[in-house]
Amino acid sequence: MILAALRRARSLARGSTRPRRILAISSGGGHWIELLRLRPAFEGHEVVWCTVDATYRTHVGDAPFHTVRDVTRWDRVGLAQCATEVLGVLGRVRPDVVVSTGALPGFFGIVLGKSLGARTVWLDSLANVEELSMSGQRVAPFADLWLTQWASLARTAGPRYEGSVIA
Amino acid sequence: MTRIFVTVGAQMPFDRLVHAVDAWAYTRGRSADVLAQIGPSVAPPSHVKHVRFLEPAEFDRAYDEADLVVAHAGTGSILAALERGKAIVVMPRRAALRETRNDHQVATAKAFAAIGSVPVAWDETELAEVLDRATISRGEAVVGRYASPRLIGAIKSFVESP
Repeated sequence: MILAALRRARSLARGSTRPRRILAISSGGGHWIELLRLRPAFEGHEVVWCTVDATYRTHVGDAPFHTVRDVTRWDRVGLAQCATEVLGVLGRVRPDVVVSTGALPGFFGIVLGKSLGARTVWLDSLANVEELSMSGQRVAPFADLWLTQWASLARTAGPRYEGSVIA
Repeated sequence: MTRIFVTVGAQMPFDRLVHAVDAWAYTRGRSADVLAQIGPSVAPPSHVKHVRFLEPAEFDRAYDEADLVVAHAGTGSILAALERGKAIVVMPRRAALRETRNDHQVATAKAFAAIGSVPVAWDETELAEVLDRATISRGEAVVGRYASPRLIGAIKSFVESP
């Protein structure tokens, strides 16, 4: 205990931060490509990836990688299964922070992650140019950092605009 | 030979795009130049070489080898081309034609068209015209591999906040 406190004090004095465990979760296609483009933000931390397509493992090298089933909002049974699988991943990973670019698997990651005590980041997809996605609207109460990638969609009460996955 | 890679993603068919490219390539005598990734297509094309799905490494190779990419207006497809400096033409899916669930691809196409560097064909007729005019790759990345420094910074400082 004392040693840990000393270590923490020393690392604070050096200005470095304790490594966080991050769960980066999204569905496939563009959501996943956008999530991968955030990698520099996770440097120095432990990242666990979760998506819906097992072949995407090759994108993240040796990093821990989980898959859950994909789902649309019209598939009630699928929704329950997807949420259960995401909950299972959260239980195994115990992340400090959950980051998602959508869609539904990410929504469950944020909502359930928040209720398990993680801090949460929702980055609404670049594809949502004229209005926030349905998941992006409903996730608001559970997202500590709630972001859009289009300045025109930012509001005082959120979501905030802090740039996009394009540079 | 200009190699053309057509991609519609894995989730839903987009045969309107696939068939428009197929017809264009046939009439121009360019069928041999085209590789089309057609997803869960209902009616595969008659003339061009096609595959339903590609694994990530195969996708990378198809993009790397292409001189021109023709895609649905999905952000993943567009970013994959721009970060490689590949010329790309997009045609958005339409909700009214049940090609997707809402018209977000129309908005995405408009937004990228406004930024420049992504010509948009709004329908099949226009696609043939755009393809006739399309230039090939410059080979210079139009976008970087990662998010903007501002976004990276915002998320990093959130992750590291006490």
